[in-house]
Amino acid sequence: MTPRQRLWLFAVAVAGLVACYLWAFAGLPGFGDYPGPYGPAILKRVITETNATGVVSAVNFEYRGFDTVGEEFILFTAAAGMSVVLRQLRGERERQSSPTDDAANRQVPATSSAIRIVSLLFVGPTAVIGWWLATHAQTNPSGGFQGGVILATAFFLVYLSGEFIVFRRLSPIALLDAVEAIGAGGFAAVGVTAVAMSLPYLYNYLPLGTIPGAVSSSGTIVLISFLVGIEVAAAFLLIIGELLEQTLLRREGSS
Amino acid sequence: MTPNAVMDILQVTVLVLVAAGATLVVRTRDRVLLVLVLSVYGMLLAILFFVFQAPDVTLSELAVGAIALPLILLLTIAKVRKPQ
Amino acid sequence: MQVFPFIVVAWIVVVGLYGMVTSRDLIHQVVCLIVVQSSTYVLLLAVGYVTGGVAPYFFDISPRALAVDPVVQALALTDVVVEAAVTALLLSFAVQAYKRFGTLDPHELAEFKG
Repeated sequence: MTPRQRLWLFAVAVAGLVACYLWAFAGLPGFGDYPGPYGPAILKRVITETNATGVVSAVNFEYRGFDTVGEEFILFTAAAGMSVVLRQLRGERERQSSPTDDAANRQVPATSSAIRIVSLLFVGPTAVIGWWLATHAQTNPSGGFQGGVILATAFFLVYLSGEFIVFRRLSPIALLDAVEAIGAGGFAAVGVTAVAMSLPYLYNYLPLGTIPGAVSSSGTIVLISFLVGIEVAAAFLLIIGELLEQTLLRREGSS
Repeated sequence: MTPNAVMDILQVTVLVLVAAGATLVVRTRDRVLLVLVLSVYGMLLAILFFVFQAPDVTLSELAVGAIALPLILLLTIAKVRKPQ
Repeated sequence: MQVFPFIVVAWIVVVGLYGMVTSRDLIHQVVCLIVVQSSTYVLLLAVGYVTGGVAPYFFDISPRALAVDPVVQALALTDVVVEAAVTALLLSFAVQAYKRFGTLDPHELAEFKG
């Protein structure tokens, strides 16, 4: 099929898609006229039921905790899948040197001092901010997912400043695997212990505290958010680590 | 002007910018330039989510779409480059 | 203003799909897929918006204030982070295709059989 025929087929298909879209959007309430009963129902009772003032995180880890478990395992599987897909193909032989040795012998221009100073200056504050975000899900716009990604960014800054060897030493694969497993398994375990107490799966059984939004309030939400944070950070570091191994490890037997 | 009208104008402006950004991302062919334009598009999306009163989603999109995803893309491009 | 966000969503989907169909580079195709995914985030947030509503965080405002829908925000939030990991998996497939066949052009890749 020539490209022109493909383009015509695409035009016909997209015309049908847009027609269906416009038909669907004509039946929606207008932008801003949200009628639905689910949102206001949750907003009315979230503080009395969970003592959390960060409603989005409460929805994520308490009211719809089951969906979040599924999403977290998608993340886990993607990181594991990458290590499987990027394994050595048949017929490749690794050179004797390890990736760390290769990095030391690379002929690349040194990173400029401006980039190094700024990157290394921001590693500490970024790590602290990521940690704070992951552990304060019930108070502010924070939560496990965004805290975990920002925590991983702190490690990326070390790599960006040119210190690949330090980056590799700060994040060994065995440690990252263990942390990711603890995060994902811990989340599932928190739910299963609820079942062991003859409560529904992922029921909030820890004490709820007295002040809405304080650090020690809202029961399992804090614990789950912390576990999700470390799991997301470990998954992103594993992904970057896999791609970096590919870039620096020169393999013989293929181009 | 009422606060609602100000909000409306802000949202319409950012929506138009996002639509223009998406078109620009698709029309770029050079790989490294594509990563840069994708990063700018991620920041525009983060501004849009902020104007839609969703600060949590803003944080996520900023951290992922403007930082982590371009880094992953750049590493992949480095891997599939023809050796000079 | 009643339907403008939905029109922008439809535009982003069409533009992204057009980029995927007419692309000659696997990396450009993956980036167009990212653009199509971003349209779903905009759609989710546009559906849950309430005119005059504030962000649903009640640490310093009264719990009785009019707030936008928190459920769609929770969905979009996990979506953004997870799709990044799935895109990384797709890119690793592209790397393996390059190592195996030496090209990243989808038109040429379509002719190889296994």
